[in-house]
Amino acid sequence: MLFYSFFNTLIGHSVTVELKNDLTISGKLVSVDQFLNIKLNDIKVLDQQKYPHMDSVKSCFIRGSVVRYVSLSKDLVDTALLQDATRREAQQPK
Amino acid sequence: MANLQDYIDQHISVITNDGRVIIGVLKGYDQATNIILEHSVERIFRPTEGVESSELGLHIIRGDNIAVVGQIDVEEDENIDWSLVQANPILPVNYNIK
Repeated sequence: MLFYSFFNTLIGHSVTVELKNDLTISGKLVSVDQFLNIKLNDIKVLDQQKYPHMDSVKSCFIRGSVVRYVSLSKDLVDTALLQDATRREAQQPK
Repeated sequence: MANLQDYIDQHISVITNDGRVIIGVLKGYDQATNIILEHSVERIFRPTEGVESSELGLHIIRGDNIAVVGQIDVEEDENIDWSLVQANPILPVNYNIK
């Protein structure tokens, strides 16, 4: 649940999502769920010339299972805090 | 929650894991992203020809096979002459990355 909570803190900010089909979509993060499905608004597809398929799409839902990377601005993430939190979660007995 | 409720009864564009683009009206969905599409049409993209539309009718698409669900701006969509758009199809999702 940690990364779900983390993504929740990014809501409203711009992120870029690279998918496993090499499509890269950037937009404003609207919502995330426990599967890390992502909803974006005001989307832009990187390399629009190559991918006109989504030209009339303004907002989209991306299935968590097809996400390869989510890139975000450096100042949106406190890496030290996240590192601590992941370590703490890993240490918790099941 | 990132669900599809706001897309219900709207025109949507589904990109499947095998790279197809299917347009239709969203009639239903569930937690697994299985979706029901009414009046669905496949847009077939080719590098040397304009887009071909293939009528599919009512379709249920299994969530496993869905990559992206996009909400179509109908007005903007009508302004695009898809018969002039040429592009390679979207690549299939590849789960076996080297």
